[in-house]
Amino acid sequence: MTSIFTSGRRQSWRRIFDRIMKVLILLSVVIAIIPLFFVVADVVVQGLPAISLAFFTKNPPSPLAGYGGILNGIEGSLLMVGMGTLIAVPLGVGAGIYFSEWPESRLSFLSSFTNDVLAEFPTIVVGLFVYSLVVAPTRTFSAVAGAVALAIIMLPIIARTTEESLKIVPVTLREASMALGVPRWKTIFRVVISTGKSGLATGILLGIARATGETAPLVVTAGYLNFPPTGLFQQTASVPYIIYNFGTAGYPNWTTVAWGAALVLVAFMLILNLSVKFFIGRRSTGVRAEI
Amino acid sequence: METQEDLEAGREVAEASLPTSLRGVQPKFETKGLKAGFGTNWVLKGIDLKIPPNRVTAVMGPSGCGKTTFVRCLNRLHELTPGATVEGEALLDGEDIYDRNADPVAVRRRIGMVFQKPNPFPTMSIYHNVVAGLTLNGERNKKKLDHAVEHSLRGAYLWDEVKDKLSNSGASLSGGQQQRLCIARALAVEPEVLLMDEPCSALDPTATAKIEELITQLKRDYTIIIVTHNLQQASRVSDYTAFFYLGKLIEFDETATLFENPKEELTERYITGKFG
Repeated sequence: MTSIFTSGRRQSWRRIFDRIMKVLILLSVVIAIIPLFFVVADVVVQGLPAISLAFFTKNPPSPLAGYGGILNGIEGSLLMVGMGTLIAVPLGVGAGIYFSEWPESRLSFLSSFTNDVLAEFPTIVVGLFVYSLVVAPTRTFSAVAGAVALAIIMLPIIARTTEESLKIVPVTLREASMALGVPRWKTIFRVVISTGKSGLATGILLGIARATGETAPLVVTAGYLNFPPTGLFQQTASVPYIIYNFGTAGYPNWTTVAWGAALVLVAFMLILNLSVKFFIGRRSTGVRAEI
Repeated sequence: METQEDLEAGREVAEASLPTSLRGVQPKFETKGLKAGFGTNWVLKGIDLKIPPNRVTAVMGPSGCGKTTFVRCLNRLHELTPGATVEGEALLDGEDIYDRNADPVAVRRRIGMVFQKPNPFPTMSIYHNVVAGLTLNGERNKKKLDHAVEHSLRGAYLWDEVKDKLSNSGASLSGGQQQRLCIARALAVEPEVLLMDEPCSALDPTATAKIEELITQLKRDYTIIIVTHNLQQASRVSDYTAFFYLGKLIEFDETATLFENPKEELTERYITGKFG
């Protein structure tokens, strides 16, 4: 009979082994965090000198002429991500509803598979596709072309998260609604979506976060302009493009501008991710009712 | 070829198999050869049953006998499950709800349902849960809604417990209260028939007693069909009992007769606890 108290050699070895495993797991966590920490620290240290109020209200400087600002990039990014979101949200949410509510249809299976492929697509290929679709016929890089490219990148993310958050709505709620004589489409829009709405919001925010950081597709669709956009069919700057463009030019002040832009982008991502956490947190703590 | 006399004779035979108290009574619901299942796998293998109006009819039987599938056919909920199939007729006041021209949404408005587990809408308040069937179908008149809330909650014996917290979430109530909330929600659309699929299986004895008392009150205004695998419950609340076994109707009679003097051996073995 073994005692419940540690005395024998086996038990003490088991304890040591337990400790070792714990330390190894902790170690792997620390190693995984280190690069992230250094990246963020580097961005803050290098980017902070560029940050001032002017950084958000001025356009980028000439070489060797101070830090200026990235107003053109911020406005361009807002414009293109905004338009992209307007395109991607109705299409993505619609597709997600279809995948979730009509899973038995063959079209649903096919398009769901296509959606997965699209989600893994190299974004530069999406950019080139939009180049031939929008840029070539209109003969100009433009905010519209950039927005279309970003929409295509956001679409599968929004569709997938919509599907997942609607699928976890219990079937008993759908049946409760149907049994009250509520038509299926109303059941979906008023009961199912209303129950899964925090998941939907999460998906949209994740899509926006992803699109905001995209550089490659904008290089071949939106290009760059040193001023805020004044029209939809002209070259349009974006924050990631500024990082790419100014960071590789070699002028010291431009390099700092690129770091500053990176800091702005990272901060924006952080805020978006915290909002996602907020939405998910609200879902798990239960839903407040309103009368 | 069947002659008029054959038909008459057939009807008489069918009548004779009915409990005496139901001969000549126009049934609220009547199923004829109702089969249901998934693909070609029939869970229900042809049910002929006449359900009397303003009475409580219990559908009882061991797990897997098709009793839940049966009630889910009566408000066309069964067909919502992918792969589900239905054959035969189910006549509501003489009209086949499976007729090609019958609208399932219209059918469901006349037939309320209470589910095994309480399922209030988690995003809605108590108030909005009760009138969900009205508001989701476009009713906006505040007076009508207020009246429906009080009337239905009183009908479900829940009014006094929740009247001061109607704006609280429906999910904040206890299990038994949630189930009565779901009954109120079903009553608010003023159905003619109330289907109850083991409404007490997730509740404690006190809450069960309340629901059972409520059922006996409700039969004045509604035709009630209650699924149960609990023999005592069937004998306490129902006027008539149908015993299902392996997808077939074995026996249908007045509850007292069926329990005290069953005609079929299977029924007797079930109610004496020899299987099930």
